[in-house]
Amino acid sequence: MSAPAPSMFTPAAKAMAEKLGLKMGRANLDEFAATLLELAKASPNIIAVTSDSRGSGKLGPFGQALPKQLVEVGIAEQNLVGITAGLAACGKKSFGVSPACFLTARSLEQIKNDVCYSDVPATLVGISSGVSYGALGSTHHSLHDLAALRAINNISIIVPADNFEAREAICAAAKSKKPVYVRFGKAATFGLHKPGTRFEIGKAIQLRDGNDVAFIATGETVVHALLAAGQLAERGLNCRVLSMHTVKPLDAAAILKAGRECRAVVTAEEHSVHGGLGEACAALLLQAGVSVPFRIIGIPDEETVTGAQADIFRHYGISMEDLSETALKLLK
Amino acid sequence: MTDRELKLKAVHLRRKTLEAIFAAGAGHTGGSLSCLDILNVLYNRVLNVSPETFSSPNRDRYVQSKGHSVEALYAVLADRGFFPESELKTICHYKSHLVGHPTRHIPGIEMNTGALGHGLPISIGMALAGKMDSLPYRVFTLLGDGELAEGSNWEAAMAAAHYGLDNLTAIIDHNTLQITGRTRDVCSNEPLDEKFRAFGWAVKTANGHNFAELTAVLSKPAATGKPTCVIANTVKGRGVSFMEDVAKWHHGVPSEAELKQALSELDAAEAKLKEAA
Repeated sequence: MSAPAPSMFTPAAKAMAEKLGLKMGRANLDEFAATLLELAKASPNIIAVTSDSRGSGKLGPFGQALPKQLVEVGIAEQNLVGITAGLAACGKKSFGVSPACFLTARSLEQIKNDVCYSDVPATLVGISSGVSYGALGSTHHSLHDLAALRAINNISIIVPADNFEAREAICAAAKSKKPVYVRFGKAATFGLHKPGTRFEIGKAIQLRDGNDVAFIATGETVVHALLAAGQLAERGLNCRVLSMHTVKPLDAAAILKAGRECRAVVTAEEHSVHGGLGEACAALLLQAGVSVPFRIIGIPDEETVTGAQADIFRHYGISMEDLSETALKLLK
Repeated sequence: MTDRELKLKAVHLRRKTLEAIFAAGAGHTGGSLSCLDILNVLYNRVLNVSPETFSSPNRDRYVQSKGHSVEALYAVLADRGFFPESELKTICHYKSHLVGHPTRHIPGIEMNTGALGHGLPISIGMALAGKMDSLPYRVFTLLGDGELAEGSNWEAAMAAAHYGLDNLTAIIDHNTLQITGRTRDVCSNEPLDEKFRAFGWAVKTANGHNFAELTAVLSKPAATGKPTCVIANTVKGRGVSFMEDVAKWHHGVPSEAELKQALSELDAAEAKLKEAA
């Protein structure tokens, strides 16, 4: 038996979430599986490809409902990506689904050549990404995937923050004629968006406006940035929060605007501090001549501490309290 | 197309391949010459694909997993009218669309290949799509024997048999040489036929330079409910005496004098064929 998972949120953070009216949803993984099943029921052209990962990917119901639309390849991620690409090249809307850690490391060459270079409309879904597998260790973490895929031409990289973004990302990928990578975790997430919010690949969603500090965050770190903004508001600071669900192509306009209008910028990501969202923002701002106090929050370049996802987040400063602290230091 | 016509075409294609490699100053001469007769048979006797039908969902698919032998593929595609033969001399040149490995920029090429061990998984995806849609097309992929050291091929070999893909044919260009030397010395992967049989494939062997034998094994699947593996026994550098079965011609580029000699050998072969008629 594993130890009970610690909460991702302190009592103060939970109270802030309540104050902000955030409602707990389900895991993005569950949202993805439900969305893909719904889309595939309507379109027989949608094919899910799994590498003994239908359980981890919550695609059991998909396999039962639509057995002819699920291709199982066994524990063979290189083959998974090659087959996903071949299906896409012959007109299928294929979704290769596998844990992000294996999908984007073992099969990186297949992603680069078979999907991106060959330019087929395949979607790769990295499940349990970042440190979702927590205490299973670095073999099971994907803290490299954004960096690796950012350096590969011709793929959109989407990291949804909540169920709304997860659903929209899968729907957008299903319509896309280009390669897409979507990665998300398996923990339940707070809903962050108001009804009627519009999702578009490559366009950040502003969750909160303000000019003191801009939090530019992606994926499951966004909620912590939003809570930090709520906490800082109690101290009289107005913080902007951008959900940068698309890490590539980056919403340059939103980032430059934030850099020019705010007194400090804090980025947050469930990824190595090398090569991810933070460095992408830094490069963009610097090359545009925007100089602003700036801090990248992510997983540092060290052997990742052992613990559950929540432990690891807290250890590396991805929490309401620590993000607030980081922002205050930058303003000093 | 008759055997004699194919033989004459093979001489022409070898000439074009060597001239293109010479003009590029780069290329994979040995492997191009070893697989050229296979490509000649595929594109002139087996594949239902042409420049006019290339966008048809029913076309047969060909994926060149051993992408480095692209010069032979370019020569065959140009000869079949997919692009002008005059462009062959621009291979690898600055801004040429004829890259040193296959790309979809070229009409007639299905997928970008070049890193080894990719063609078979891709072909499985294509074959599965054909089965799902009950389309009549077949999928062919060409692998090098040295390439079979890549583990992804064996992941794919299992999956192809698991799904009973009898619309899939993998052709092994079995020239027994790779860049370092004999494949059996580098890291032996023989016996290939027994390995593929053990993985659940129907296996056929053919002389990879004999048009009748190649036609026989490629014209139809070897079995129902199983993928077909054709082991085509070939000679690296085939058709040019001093290149035959010599590892250094893997990516050796002929000098002007060597090209001249090679072309004169091809001229002699052509004259002999015409004389025999």
